[in-house]
Amino acid sequence: MKQRLSLLILVVFAAVCTPVLSSDSHDEHEGQHDAHGEFNASDFIIHHIADAHEIHLWGEGASAVHIPLPVILFSKEHGFDAFMSSAFEGHGEVRLAKRSSEVTYALSHGHISVQGEHAGHDHSDHAGHDHSDHAHIDLYDLSITKSIFGMLMMMVLMLVLFGSMAKSYARSAGQAPKGLANALEPMVLFLRDEVAIPNIGEKKADKFLPFLMTVFFFIFFANLLGLIPFIGGFNITGTLSITMVMAAMVFLITAFNGNKHYWGHLFWPPGVPLFVMPIIIPIEIVGMFLKPIVLMIRLTANISAGHIIILSFVSLILIFGQGGDAMAAGFGIGIFSTAFMIFMYCLELLVAFLQAFVFTLLAAIYFGEATHEAHH
Amino acid sequence: MEALLTPAFGTVVWSTIAFLVVLFLLRKMAWGPILQALKEREESIANALNEADKARSEMAELHASNDKLLQEARAERDSMLRDAREIADKMVADAKSKAKEEASREADTARQAIAVERKAAVAELKAEVAKLSVSIAEQLIRTELASPDKQEALVAKLIDESPLN
Repeated sequence: MKQRLSLLILVVFAAVCTPVLSSDSHDEHEGQHDAHGEFNASDFIIHHIADAHEIHLWGEGASAVHIPLPVILFSKEHGFDAFMSSAFEGHGEVRLAKRSSEVTYALSHGHISVQGEHAGHDHSDHAGHDHSDHAHIDLYDLSITKSIFGMLMMMVLMLVLFGSMAKSYARSAGQAPKGLANALEPMVLFLRDEVAIPNIGEKKADKFLPFLMTVFFFIFFANLLGLIPFIGGFNITGTLSITMVMAAMVFLITAFNGNKHYWGHLFWPPGVPLFVMPIIIPIEIVGMFLKPIVLMIRLTANISAGHIIILSFVSLILIFGQGGDAMAAGFGIGIFSTAFMIFMYCLELLVAFLQAFVFTLLAAIYFGEATHEAHH
Repeated sequence: MEALLTPAFGTVVWSTIAFLVVLFLLRKMAWGPILQALKEREESIANALNEADKARSEMAELHASNDKLLQEARAERDSMLRDAREIADKMVADAKSKAKEEASREADTARQAIAVERKAAVAELKAEVAKLSVSIAEQLIRTELASPDKQEALVAKLIDESPLN
């Protein structure tokens, strides 16, 4: 009975949402409509997945509602410049922010370049790289983008959560945990007893646990933040730059903590015939770099893929809803898509934990390999 | 798509700084105290369990020693009772045999005294009877031989009776 009721609610919700979403796309999704005025799903998805200089809440084009974020730019020619992203005017492909008589910045597909006096320059054909005919200016974009903003939010959350957890332990030393500490303790214990100690060993685990726990909770919280709808679609752990930094840290920690045994195995694997060495040694060395790279790609790809799938089903509704004659199909697809999206959301909740766990577990395994003592 | 796969300079810079700062702060503020508290609590729980075990085994030991003590006491009491009974029995038996002996000795002396008395009595009686019979015979003879006829008759008779052949 309960199940049937929830199914009914789902169907009604989907049916109500479909025309709303589709009319939305019909009238206002100017940004995601291609030259023929049709809805472009891939632009729509990439726009939501990619990092941005503002948090897009709802609406498109002129009626879009954004939370502006600080833009910080540095170039040798113009020095530091900081302003809010709301300074970028307009809502087309290229948006301009006029800072002074000689400097105007252009924001195109999340990329900022110096426009100089050639304000009218057409940027539509080079979205990423700015190699215009006038003097090239190297611009370093240090803006607090959407992903960085989300990352900082999650880090503040972590500091608050775990800071108060530590305080509650100090308050009630030796007693059973209560409230927040009780909720977080199983995860901390899981990381210590199931991830760190079995892979690194009891003695050395303490050294790596702070890093492992920070990484785990950051990825887990960031993944969960990405699943909250209506707050701008954060895709923190799907941002390659951020996972790259974490993977690089794993690599550096592994390299700096590698003992004689680890390097020995890497550069002269024992028990391998001499003629195989020229093959094995390059593979081992490539593997050393490949491990963190795979770590980075796995996390980014998994989280982005989850978002892409969910957005694809949103796009399906929009595509079928835009033609007036295909309204019936739009309703049908709306119901189907919404049901599938709910399923995907549940799956993504699992993936949010799983990817955090996998990243941490593999990092722990690499640390364990690096610090493993010879016993033969 | 390009935007997704190209690392952004600013993002790398900010995330490196933020991550290192948060790692440092969490390590100082949170992970250290939390792991320490967890370890301490685990140790205290393990200690408490150990102590409970120890107390239980001590209790069992105490119980066993109590039982042993009780058994010993009971055995001692039993043996004491047995000894006492034996002593009492012996005392009674001794007293009995002593009494019997005494009684028999008493009886013997009594018997001897009686025998002596009897002998004396018989001797006295004999003496008395002899005296009496002498006196009787004296009397009789006196009366029998009061006349000369009678004296002659008797002599005759005695002569008759005597085998003078």
